[in-house]
Amino acid sequence: MTPWLQGLARLRQYPSALAGLGIIALLVAMAVYAVTAIPYSEARELWRGGEAWQDLPTNASPVWTDRLLGGNAPRTIRVATDDVVMEQERYEGVRLQRAVLPVDFPYGGFPQEINLFVESQFDERQPFVRLTWRTPDGESIPLDARRVGESERISISQDRQLESRLGFTPQVGLFTDAEPGADDPQVRQGTYELVIEAIQFEETATLDANLVVYGQVHGLFGTDHKRRDLTVALLWGTPVALAFGLLAAVGTTLTTLIIAATGVWFGGWVDAVIQRLTEINIILPLLPILVMVGTLYSTSIWLMLGVVVVLGIFSAGIKMYRSMLLPIREAPYIEAARAYGAGNARIILRYLVPRILPVLIPTFVTLIPTYVFLEASLAVLGLGDPVLPTWGKILNDAQAQSALYHGFYYWVLAPAALLMLTGLGFAMLGFALDRIFNPRLRNV
Amino acid sequence: MMAAAPLLEIEDLGLSYATEQGTLRAVDGVDLRLHRNEALAVLGESGCGKSSLAKTLLRTLPRNAYPPTGQLRLDGRDVLGLPEERFRREVRWVRIALVMQAAMNALNPVVRVGEQVAEPLRIHHRASRRQARQRAAEAFEEVGIPTDFLRRYPHELSGGMRQRAVLAMALVTEPDLVLLDEPTSALDVLTQASIMNVLKRIKHERGVSFVFITHDVATASELADRVALMYAGQVVEAASARAFFSEPAHPYSRLLMASVPRLYQEQPPSSIPGRPPSLLDPPAGCRFAERCPWAFERCSEPPPMIPCGERRQARCWLHHSPGGAR
Repeated sequence: MTPWLQGLARLRQYPSALAGLGIIALLVAMAVYAVTAIPYSEARELWRGGEAWQDLPTNASPVWTDRLLGGNAPRTIRVATDDVVMEQERYEGVRLQRAVLPVDFPYGGFPQEINLFVESQFDERQPFVRLTWRTPDGESIPLDARRVGESERISISQDRQLESRLGFTPQVGLFTDAEPGADDPQVRQGTYELVIEAIQFEETATLDANLVVYGQVHGLFGTDHKRRDLTVALLWGTPVALAFGLLAAVGTTLTTLIIAATGVWFGGWVDAVIQRLTEINIILPLLPILVMVGTLYSTSIWLMLGVVVVLGIFSAGIKMYRSMLLPIREAPYIEAARAYGAGNARIILRYLVPRILPVLIPTFVTLIPTYVFLEASLAVLGLGDPVLPTWGKILNDAQAQSALYHGFYYWVLAPAALLMLTGLGFAMLGFALDRIFNPRLRNV
Repeated sequence: MMAAAPLLEIEDLGLSYATEQGTLRAVDGVDLRLHRNEALAVLGESGCGKSSLAKTLLRTLPRNAYPPTGQLRLDGRDVLGLPEERFRREVRWVRIALVMQAAMNALNPVVRVGEQVAEPLRIHHRASRRQARQRAAEAFEEVGIPTDFLRRYPHELSGGMRQRAVLAMALVTEPDLVLLDEPTSALDVLTQASIMNVLKRIKHERGVSFVFITHDVATASELADRVALMYAGQVVEAASARAFFSEPAHPYSRLLMASVPRLYQEQPPSSIPGRPPSLLDPPAGCRFAERCPWAFERCSEPPPMIPCGERRQARCWLHHSPGGAR
């Protein structure tokens, strides 16, 4: 068995390492799921917002917060004419279509909004639509009556006329039996109905309506100010964070290691140049440079990754690797390798670098979350990738919308928890690996 | 006496190191000739420059070494002036291979033995992984290691096995000349004997030439056809093994042979009083004069290599005049 496999097998003795591996496995599973379920282009498109999210409530809390508080907050109810039978009668020249959309409302709170999305196809004459609301007692409340275009949103909850008739905002007035203008209206539970009657003037004209009664809660993670389901960003943030962290860690560690080994092997002026470059680079602050690049050039995440890696090449690690490699350079087997004709590249890549890799593995693992946090920090500072959903972007949005002031704590909680989980997972694994691969910490 | 040009010709080879105390002349005016299928033992005590000689031959000198001076020819072709990259491709392990001193450490501890033995093939013959493994297995059989050891790591091998593996690595590219730098000095007597047997068999079967660098007169006598005795950076006697061991010519050779313990010998082995001169500031005359019981006035001049028999020279004024000792 190779020392590598032996080392990995020893991981089993460390429960923290197993927990860390579990967390990492979970994150990887999330990332794989995100990438397969929502393709990259679709995720970017979705996160731009807009129509895709029109039947989700704004700033809705996650369902579990309501459950936790023992509440009975309304969910979003969607009923479409496709789900019910459309009655049709013919008169001279016109057709009368009638559909009844049932709204089963067993909740303890009022909906957030009520919208009816109407789509119709016609050649010239727009259909005429009349809407009636029926309460569970059979009371009928006339709503709007109007011509509709090809695709239209009838915003019932913003009908000012209806509001003055009911004495409440429509989303309250339509679901209560309280006296108009009462202070504390209570929800009347039961099955409501929206009656849609349409007059079609053309033989082939069609009408599809979709009623959305917006709830107060949504899904596992809630929604944001643009009605976007936070699940998308939280899911897609995982592959972005892991890829950024891993690529940045691999990129900086490997290049640093190879450059350190090159300096050690050739010595002389090569080594001197590398050492001086490192010393200069160590005093350059990373974050302000990234802020400048983001402000002046582009905030693309891949450009940021490139800058992080480039600035990471001549990092302090070179000094550490150099000190570890210097004694190895003098080892007899390196001399033997030179004697049997191994070239410089072969000696650096096959003899010097692999010798200190085991000691670097723990450092490398604990480096990954550092870069994940860096990416999130940039996003929180407003330098995140503008089109990509990431954890940092959610935090940035939450901050911009004063989420904590408004009590939308879930908006901050979920991405922060995922970031912390990432840090925790890699740290627990890294520390255990350190104990296995670092000879000074090894248990005898 | 031999028609063919010598495989290896060393002429007036010199090598110095830069040290904090000054320039150390480790190899000074060494002349040696080696024919094909010949084994040359380079004998000498530690610090006499014999390992530096091997390092000069393969150009694996440490960083503080000055470029060697003199002539070094392989099959009549100069190799000392060869550019580094050409030397690496054309000489290292293609013509000359090395079995290192302290073979314990000559193997990379994190690479399987089989892979390491095959490394030279991968480098010089651009052999595929499978071919290289095949050849490594053959080399293992040749030096007497079971082929299932190919998959082991160096620390899983005994000292003798490791030495054999290093020997296999030297033979795998079929070089003309193998330098053996103290190949048996860290091993127990039984292992030494078996390694020497392997070397003798290989010399017989393959026809390779050996340069066998050792301080051990007994092992040198087993393999060598010719002997070069070094003292303080210089060759003091070059002779055929038979002549050298039966009738050493140089005073140092004589005293050295007298210091070797022998079976069936009446008197106990004697030691040579004194210590070799510092190579930082060697004496102007004969370097052995200070310890030499036969020293006379002439010894304050540096002696050249003086012929004293067939293919035999000694760096001693005693052989200068026909009236000298012996």
